[in-house]
Amino acid sequence: MNKFLVEIDNLHKYFGKNEVLKGINMSIRRQDVVCLLGPSGAGKSTLLRCINRLEEPTSGSVYIDGEEITGHGADLNYMRSEIGMVFQNFNLFPHLNALENCTLALIKVRKMRKQEAQQRARDMLRQVGLENKADSKPKELSGGQQQRVAIARALSMNPKLMLFDEPTSALDPELIGEVLDTMIDLAEKGMTMIVVTHEMGFARKAATRVSILDHGLILEDNTPDKVFDAPEHPRTKEFLSKIL
Amino acid sequence: MESIIYNFFNIEVMIRARYLLWLGLQVTLKLAFVSLLFAVLVGLFLAVIRSLHIRLLNILIIIYVDLFRALPTIVLFMLVYFTWPYFGISLPRYWSAVVALTINGGAYFEEIFRAGIESIDKGQTEAARASGLSFTQTMFFVILPQAIQVVLPPATSNALELIKTTVLASVIALPELMKQAQQAHGSLANPTPLVMAALIFLALLWPLVRLTGYLERKFAK
Amino acid sequence: MNFRDLFYYFFNFKFFIITLPDLLRGLLVTVEIAALSLSLGFVLGLVLAVIRVTLRHSGSSRFLRILDLPLVLYVDVLRAVPPLVTLVVIYYALPFIDITIPRFWAAVLTFVVILSAFAEEIFRATIEAIDRGQVEAARSLGLSYLQSMACVIIPQAFKIALPPLTSRMIAVTKDVSLASVIGVADLLKKARAAQSLYANPTPLFSAALLFTLLFLPLVRLSMYVEKKLAE
Repeated sequence: MNKFLVEIDNLHKYFGKNEVLKGINMSIRRQDVVCLLGPSGAGKSTLLRCINRLEEPTSGSVYIDGEEITGHGADLNYMRSEIGMVFQNFNLFPHLNALENCTLALIKVRKMRKQEAQQRARDMLRQVGLENKADSKPKELSGGQQQRVAIARALSMNPKLMLFDEPTSALDPELIGEVLDTMIDLAEKGMTMIVVTHEMGFARKAATRVSILDHGLILEDNTPDKVFDAPEHPRTKEFLSKIL
Repeated sequence: MESIIYNFFNIEVMIRARYLLWLGLQVTLKLAFVSLLFAVLVGLFLAVIRSLHIRLLNILIIIYVDLFRALPTIVLFMLVYFTWPYFGISLPRYWSAVVALTINGGAYFEEIFRAGIESIDKGQTEAARASGLSFTQTMFFVILPQAIQVVLPPATSNALELIKTTVLASVIALPELMKQAQQAHGSLANPTPLVMAALIFLALLWPLVRLTGYLERKFAK
Repeated sequence: MNFRDLFYYFFNFKFFIITLPDLLRGLLVTVEIAALSLSLGFVLGLVLAVIRVTLRHSGSSRFLRILDLPLVLYVDVLRAVPPLVTLVVIYYALPFIDITIPRFWAAVLTFVVILSAFAEEIFRATIEAIDRGQVEAARSLGLSYLQSMACVIIPQAFKIALPPLTSRMIAVTKDVSLASVIGVADLLKKARAAQSLYANPTPLFSAALLFTLLFLPLVRLSMYVEKKLAE
């Protein structure tokens, strides 16, 4: 077992001529709950998506539990199956019900038998509080419920790591709470999480670490208390003053 | 490879066949233009009548439309061409073809225009008149622009289909483009004229295919 | 020309009965060609669509995107050229370069490739219209590209593709009668032969009736399916 679950080494990402990530270095331990904060366009989502290679880094490396996911010989599908991702727009499969959304990858990737997969899926749906919605199609669920199903879907694969890309940004205000509660619960159970979010309350409460990104560089990387109450970088102070 | 060029792209044959094909093309274009015009008029007429919601007329129109969208066009061509003599009328091939294409095309255009008319919300007229616009102004600035938007993609697609269907006139021996190509193929013992005809159709219709795709994308809801 | 004459010529019951068995044999051939063409054309169209989507969105490789070009040609040509012309070229022109195909199969081949071209365009458009997020979610769960296509993307695209696809399939089925032009013993050919034999157009009208009976329910069925899917 590697000391760090995620290691990001000198990551650069260009979109055309535009350098969005200018050399990111990060090391994340097991059970860390990392919140990536920063102004729009800072590169937070891009960084997150580079970790499971939904975005291809232009240069630099990402290691998951010691294995280089950005390497040529990497079994990408396998490594991705051990990383869970939750999207801003949920991206639930509309033609499948909640249970099937969760069992699809278990059956196709893990080659689990249907019954076993369904059992596991139901356990995960229970964990997010939606066991009774197993047979519902996404369009029958509220935004908050859909996102929780998306979380259950990712959890069904028993991932080492969970990535959250602005999980509550597309939700109506009254639905945000239920999703954040689910995420806090997950954090308390010891899941390693990297969360891109604007929810400062969540960061204060659940994060073990907060990283502020701006223009493709990490400005601050520390415990929430230190970052919010005693920021070092002047731009951090500026950013925080605008949102707090 | 040489065999392909000799048989399909034979320059000498192309030169010898060009006049025949040119005549055929003219017939095809005339046929297409006239039939399209009549089919659009018939379709428009029927769609407008249908919008009046007179039960008996509607039933007749529905029968007409269902019947001629179900019947294969080639069968229709033959029915039209072969039945006239029994009435003692000898309908020239050209007009037989026009009649067949009009009957068939008219059925499809009726459905297209009907969809266009029905797509206009009643509230549009009300809102327009309520804001003071006259009947003509309402028609021109509110109703027709919206109707055209709905109608244009399927209408161009259908026009394209109609032009392709003119080829069926060859089976009743009308000297349109394909018939002439077959003629040339027969007399010159070389299929290059057929390939030429295909290429001419391609040149004629490919822009329409692209246009239809563009319009469909542009006006997709 | 009075009513009785009309019936004698166009709706002659005696001729209808005499010619019916032969016409039904022709109808069987028509249905055979249609069934083969529709199934193979549908599958080929789907396969081509998946290939094209993969080629078009292979991001980094310009070579792969150039491979798309022959497919564009295939699709555009077969949709622009009238089916009868395609049929005649396949049946009459190919023998000149030593490719001789029996009539029946020339007809099947023609309609398979024509349908595949239309089907490809429809499938491709619907696949490309599916939200990118669906692919991302599927891949992030560890599903391979093909698994994502088969389990997530294509089922969704299919629902949207069905209405235009069914109307196109019906159109191709109607075109099957064109096979009579190259001499295939389908319903229309039988009808024309009978008409010449008996010097009476009743067989033609009988054929028209049979065609209508065949297609009317199909047209209505497709409209019903369209409405159902729109819900």
